[in-house]
Amino acid sequence: MSDIVIQTRGLSKEYVRDEFKVVALADASIAIAKGEFVALMGPSGSGKSTLLHLIAAMDRPSSGEIAVLGQNLNTLSDSEIARWRNAHIGFVFQSFNLLPVLTALENVELPLKLTKLGKSERMAHARKALELVGLGDRMNHTPRQLSGGQEQRVALARAIVTDPDQILADEPTGNLDAASARDVLSLLGRLNREFGKTIVMVTHDPHSAKAASKIRYLDKGALLPEGQNPEDWEIR
Amino acid sequence: MAIPISYSFRNLLARRTTSLMTALGIGLTVAVLLAVSALAQGLRTSLEASGHPLNLLVTRKGSNAELYSSFTNEAFQALKFKPGIAKDSKGDPAASLELITVIVMESPENPSGINISVRGIEPRGLEIRDGARVSEGRMFTPGRREVVVGKGVAGRYPLARIGSRIPFGRGEWEVVGVLDGGRGMANSEIFCDLRQLASDQNRDNGLSSVLLRAADESSAQALINDLPNDRRLNIDVVREKDYHAQQTQSATPIRAVGTFVALIMAIGSCFAAMNTMYAAVARRSAEIGTLRVLGFPRRSILLSFFLESIFLSILGGIIGCLLVLPLNNVNTAIGSFVTFSEISFDFHVSPKIMLYGVLFAMFMGAVGGLLPAASAARKQILTALRQV
Ligand SMILES: Nc1ncnc2c1ncn2[C@@H]1O[C@H](COP(=O)(O)OP(=O)(O)OP(=O)(O)O)[C@@H](O)[C@H]1O
Ligand SMILES: [Mg+2]
Repeated sequence: MSDIVIQTRGLSKEYVRDEFKVVALADASIAIAKGEFVALMGPSGSGKSTLLHLIAAMDRPSSGEIAVLGQNLNTLSDSEIARWRNAHIGFVFQSFNLLPVLTALENVELPLKLTKLGKSERMAHARKALELVGLGDRMNHTPRQLSGGQEQRVALARAIVTDPDQILADEPTGNLDAASARDVLSLLGRLNREFGKTIVMVTHDPHSAKAASKIRYLDKGALLPEGQNPEDWEIR
Repeated sequence: MAIPISYSFRNLLARRTTSLMTALGIGLTVAVLLAVSALAQGLRTSLEASGHPLNLLVTRKGSNAELYSSFTNEAFQALKFKPGIAKDSKGDPAASLELITVIVMESPENPSGINISVRGIEPRGLEIRDGARVSEGRMFTPGRREVVVGKGVAGRYPLARIGSRIPFGRGEWEVVGVLDGGRGMANSEIFCDLRQLASDQNRDNGLSSVLLRAADESSAQALINDLPNDRRLNIDVVREKDYHAQQTQSATPIRAVGTFVALIMAIGSCFAAMNTMYAAVARRSAEIGTLRVLGFPRRSILLSFFLESIFLSILGGIIGCLLVLPLNNVNTAIGSFVTFSEISFDFHVSPKIMLYGVLFAMFMGAVGGLLPAASAARKQILTALRQV
């Protein structure tokens, strides 16, 4: 029996927009074990990003429980959450979200600014992360001087530089060409297998989802039971 | 640790034009304030430099200003042998009887003319004004209708060049030299022979005042305390320095107007900085969300944008300093409320004034930057990430 690192119980998120209630996520209970690589799939608007954001504590649930690494996220204050996220979560965005005025190396170093590490240690860690994603020769390039695939690899380096236990990725290949997407997916696979990172990845693309060890489906805010997928899913 | 300072700084460089325009606005505001400060500072320096600490100005009781004072030869004779007065190089009492009058001189800037003080002195009068020396041409010859002009006057009035003739009183006076009074008041006046001027003005026995040098500080104190009590003399005694210091107020109106204009501009500059920073916050919304996801707390975001605004304003402060620097040592003049004639002095853009200018700019940056920085810090992560 492997240890559960991400556990949600009856997790819900509702938005109120112009007096209408939108249920983004309803009563989602999921347990993800250490070292798992889970792909979240489902139609647009089904609540995939919402679930991922709640796991990353980027937002607070309307109701339900969420514990990551045994830490109940509901009980933490904003600044405690910030520190917690810095230490335990590496987040990868669809649109890379690098800071354009900083170089690749500075972007990767950034999360380490919040740690106790000194400048030279930070630099050493950042360099190592960039070398791991195969960008040792692009350290002083700014995001504008990089291709989309390279940008996303820098973003991956930034996500792993603090050596977090979880990597959460929201459609990391959504803005990439096929070759770059393959690079990013194989990197995620390596991080999962060689470094034992727990990975949760939202994706639209069934092909990308094959990189994962498990696929969970969402539909209209509901997390479908394991092994079940909506019948009409393949058509979309 | 916080978001690197280079992040704030490079973002300013990344939007060069907006940054520069805003900084220029702040710079102009600073320049206005610095210009009036440099004017006031220059005037103060000039007035403070006027007069040896032991020089005493003696006027008739109750006359307040030299121009209203009248002093007879007899009173002077009674005065000059009082104890405590220093000796000049010839061994005579260092006391100079003087006559002051005001003439109107025209210049290209002021075609209708400006009041200039003309001072009749004995040769000893120049000796007491140490620091003053003839820098061009020669001293006037006693008994001739000749004048030497202060260098401030010489610089601004075409009629006050060596060789030209200034008409006043009963005829023309030839300019034979230029007097360099250091930073002092002598720069603003015209000097001539006391007897010539007195007979020209029909004031042989109605001279103006006496400038004397006390032997030492305790004598100076004694003269200031005792002479006014001598009912026969009927005189007031003040230190020359104190007398001139009253004229610092002459800059007050210009200063008030300048400061008022600078304040109005400062309000505008604060709003300009605020506008620029709000735009930066809106444009970098996704970056703010990203920084928060990486683990930076709200206060880091606040500090980062606040610093950016401060950097912007420091840039503006430096521009302001550069704009006024060419004014440094530029000669100008201002009407005095004490002598009713012009005081000539140089703008003085001191490092201290420039420091104040930069601090003033930073204050504008702080006021303008606070609200945008706070709004950046207040954003919810997901809201920030969604705005593009
Ligand atoms: N801030 C918000 N205000 C109102 N409704 C929202 C908000 N955020 C998300 N929603 C709604 O919640 C639902 C789920 O959104 P979510 O972003 O989780 O979907 P998704 O599965 O990630 O879709 P996609 O594949 O398009 O990214 C959608 O109907 C969406 O419109
Ligand atoms: Mg989504």
